[in-house]
Amino acid sequence: MFGDYSLGDLGSIFVMQGFAGLILFSVYVLMALGLAIIFGQMGVINMAHGEFMILGAYVTWMTSNFFQAYLPSLFSGYFFLAMILAFVASGALGMLVEWVLIRHLYKRPLDTLLATWGLSLMLQQAYRSVFGAREVGVELPQWMLGSLHVTDSIEVPINGVFVMCLTVLITISVAYVMYKSRWGRQVRAVVQNRIMAGAVGINTEKVDRYTYGLGCGIAGVAGSAFTMIGSTGPTSGQLYIVDTFLVVVFGGAASLLGTIASAFSISQTQSTLEFFMSGSMAKVLTLLAVVGILMLRPQGLFALKVRK
Amino acid sequence: MTDNRFVNRSELIGILVLAVFLVVVLPLTLDVFRLNLVAKYLTYAFVALGLVICWGYGGILSLGQGVFFGLGGYCMAMFLKLEASSVENTKIQSTPGIPDFMDWNQITALPLFWKPFNSLTFTIAAIILVPGIFALIIGTAMFKRRVGGTYFAIITQAVAAILTILIVGQQGYTGGINGMTDLRTLKGWDIRPDHAKVVLYFFEVGCLFVCIMIAQFVRHSKLGRILVAMREKEDRVRFSGYSVANFKIFAFCIAAVFAAIGGAMFALNVGFMSPSFVGIVPSIEMVIYTAVGGRLSILGAIYGTLLVNFAKTSLSETFPELWLFGLGGLFIAVVLAFPNGLAGIWGDYVQPRIDRLISSRKPKPEGWTDGSVADGAPAE
Repeated sequence: MFGDYSLGDLGSIFVMQGFAGLILFSVYVLMALGLAIIFGQMGVINMAHGEFMILGAYVTWMTSNFFQAYLPSLFSGYFFLAMILAFVASGALGMLVEWVLIRHLYKRPLDTLLATWGLSLMLQQAYRSVFGAREVGVELPQWMLGSLHVTDSIEVPINGVFVMCLTVLITISVAYVMYKSRWGRQVRAVVQNRIMAGAVGINTEKVDRYTYGLGCGIAGVAGSAFTMIGSTGPTSGQLYIVDTFLVVVFGGAASLLGTIASAFSISQTQSTLEFFMSGSMAKVLTLLAVVGILMLRPQGLFALKVRK
Repeated sequence: MTDNRFVNRSELIGILVLAVFLVVVLPLTLDVFRLNLVAKYLTYAFVALGLVICWGYGGILSLGQGVFFGLGGYCMAMFLKLEASSVENTKIQSTPGIPDFMDWNQITALPLFWKPFNSLTFTIAAIILVPGIFALIIGTAMFKRRVGGTYFAIITQAVAAILTILIVGQQGYTGGINGMTDLRTLKGWDIRPDHAKVVLYFFEVGCLFVCIMIAQFVRHSKLGRILVAMREKEDRVRFSGYSVANFKIFAFCIAAVFAAIGGAMFALNVGFMSPSFVGIVPSIEMVIYTAVGGRLSILGAIYGTLLVNFAKTSLSETFPELWLFGLGGLFIAVVLAFPNGLAGIWGDYVQPRIDRLISSRKPKPEGWTDGSVADGAPAE
């Protein structure tokens, strides 16, 4: 399949497809970061994660419509506000869900999978009733459209670079919060031993609720980024949930660095393969490779050595 | 629990009640259309039955049962499709004698892996062996490396996603998103008219009871007890000298084969097979049936499947908006409040009352008076 292209062409193709995969990479990283916190740290299998992401996407869409209708002069900057709103909305819903549902199930991790699946069905139907079954698209401000010409054959989309920078920023802040702040230490203490953490005076219920909220909030931001690569519909989130779980498992469930590395390798493999074959075969090959590697190395790329 | 027979008395009564319900009550009260719907629901009951062994007893949650359901169904559908695409039936095609969707996708010769499906014997063997061997490979790769629990669930889910994308993408070989439609005859016997549907229904119920008996046998044998022990305390079973991985692989393979038989029945009864029964959503729905019926109860899983599907059909016919809320809510309620499903409710609340009714009719010790139940009153 490489035979028809010269070496220079191939180089350009890889770079271009690589940058085209940046937004996919960003969505994966943000989704997977949230999931790595919820699944990797808390052990909760959040099947409704895609629906939290889509909530963020709908919030972005509503913000964009609002700015278009009432504040057209500020339209170029709406995206920043939209992301903050998406984070708040998804995070708040996440905390509500934790309080109603998840906190009863910490001792039964497999059951969280079933319960959150039920939740995702209800959320999908709620989106369908509120926003309609048709998919909606978000209009981007002028400065995000177009691309940078690096060389004659290489073009880089601006919105990809923007989302990429944003992802890096969010990732660094999450890593800081989890590993350097007092609150992050409490989260890790609760995860390792809930009873002991409670005994030394940590309010485990509060920590759980905020951790779950944080993970869902990041999913909401992922939804904002998602509006750039696809149209938003009630069931769009479901398509990403398996990929995201694979990203987290492939990276090693408790490792943030592993999550980023695996999101990068999976999105780039898929994006590069898509140039040479149909999208569905690219996806099949990527997923097969991931499953194959996981069978050889079940603990993922970057495994923490933890005694159980 | 001292006797080693594979059905004890109360289970035998339960199985007989189910048999009367499926063989006598339903065919007498429902028209052929509704009976065919029940046949469709019962194909999922095979999957639910497998999940009771694999998930309820073995503790292995597989979110990829749709894969095996699909493999079994596609094997059957390939045979039926080949029979429906005889040269006379397809003479308007540019290449007669191959299935119509291949002709639409500019394929001019039957692909090699389709050829053996001309034989019914091979097809029946393939329905059992293809999913069985596939499950064996996945199970060996995962369980020998002590991957289990949530990881296993996620990987089986990924496998379901891969197979769906593959089937949809390879339209020329598999029929794509529409699946294999227009299945007509089985060895010259038309499967579409009403009387054939009734015959197929009874055949399916027969197969279901064979599977129930196998499940009962597994459950009551030493094997079943090791599975339970493994679910509760895996390390202790391993230290006692049992190969935990092999037992897990066995449970997973049994579940896969049951699911595949269900899939083959689906192709026969419903008359088509499509990737919408393979993917993640149907796979999780199949887990829902088991959870609602009771993950520890063989008969509960079957009632659960029937109940959820009846509810689905009637609710989605009358209130299409509410159906997903209902299903989601039901699922959350079952997980939060009744982890053992219908069977748990039955065992906790209904069974003790019936037992009390029955035992109050037995001869009492002297001086023991109980006037609450009249003698000779039927227990049911």
